[in-house]
Amino acid sequence: MARRSIEPLLWSLFSAGGVVSAFFMPVLIFLFGIAFPLGLIEAPGFQSISELIKHPITRLVLMVVCIFPLFHWAHRFRFTLYDGLQIKHLNEVIAVVCYGGALFGTVLAGYLLWNIG
Amino acid sequence: MAETIVLEVARYRPEIEAEPAFENFEVPCRPDWVVLDALNYIKDAIDGTLSFRWSCRMGVCGSCGMMVNGEPKLTCATFLTDYLPGPIRIEPLSNFPIVRDLIIEMSDFMTKLQGVKPWIIRNEDLPVSQGEYRQSPEQLETYKQFSMCINCLLCYAACPVYGLDQHFVGPAALALAQRYNLDSRDEGEAQRLEILSEHEGIWGCTFVGECSVVCPKHVDPAGAIQQYKLKAVTEWFKSILLPRGGRD
Repeated sequence: MARRSIEPLLWSLFSAGGVVSAFFMPVLIFLFGIAFPLGLIEAPGFQSISELIKHPITRLVLMVVCIFPLFHWAHRFRFTLYDGLQIKHLNEVIAVVCYGGALFGTVLAGYLLWNIG
Repeated sequence: MAETIVLEVARYRPEIEAEPAFENFEVPCRPDWVVLDALNYIKDAIDGTLSFRWSCRMGVCGSCGMMVNGEPKLTCATFLTDYLPGPIRIEPLSNFPIVRDLIIEMSDFMTKLQGVKPWIIRNEDLPVSQGEYRQSPEQLETYKQFSMCINCLLCYAACPVYGLDQHFVGPAALALAQRYNLDSRDEGEAQRLEILSEHEGIWGCTFVGECSVVCPKHVDPAGAIQQYKLKAVTEWFKSILLPRGGRD
């Protein structure tokens, strides 16, 4: 490619985020948002969840579940602002806010997961 | 069944109207008549000055695309009886400048179409004496769907991204680029990638999908564009990871 645009990278993060969200979010929301609070399924105790989350693989999975959907949001929101509000002339500001927000969320998720337990 | 139906036809005659305006025509509503038949009836029997494009009357030429009740349609394949009791509003295709009445200015599309090089590109053309470029039915199948495009521009009229940003290459041109990229006889993919991987190429598409909904030939331009995005991403990562070897 003559001009190395960053667009393919952003789209691949967006795409990965879509896949990750579709696979993980519904079941996580169902378990932790509906089934456990309503007592449909017996909630695991604090101890077992705490043990589970301390495992490096769990943290890695949670990182993936946090990061990619954040970039999915950033990309989607960027284009929503472009086309919905028709403020494409603010391209640079919007891109910084959206992807910057996702980056901030990534750092925050990393910090929290690293310091858990 | 009603014997007549009213057509609200958009008129724009630059020497008469400053702005496009609607004119109502009452036409016979025959069960075998499509909107194009009604327009031809108006031109023949009521007002000979009505201007519109048409040619084949059988969904092949792609000339008679218009907005029918706000939806992009081939008027040769849109039956009057589906719109009873009427009225039916006929307008020129959205997102294009209007030349006159129902005729749009399509040179933007023609420029873009040419820009994606929709023809077979060979690094080296073989002499005729060496025979034809052969292709198996399986190889044909990979691009056949995208080759069905008749350039009717319904997809451009349906595309909100093109409506907002005329720099966007747009559905039909991208689908046709993909049609040649997937052709086993073609070697021009790298040339097309340069044009298509720009922001206004494939990346402008936000996968609204309306282009594929309105396509009368089931080309699925939205699908072609998504396929192409994946291809461009692969090439991008290759060019990062293998700065030299990634390009063939």
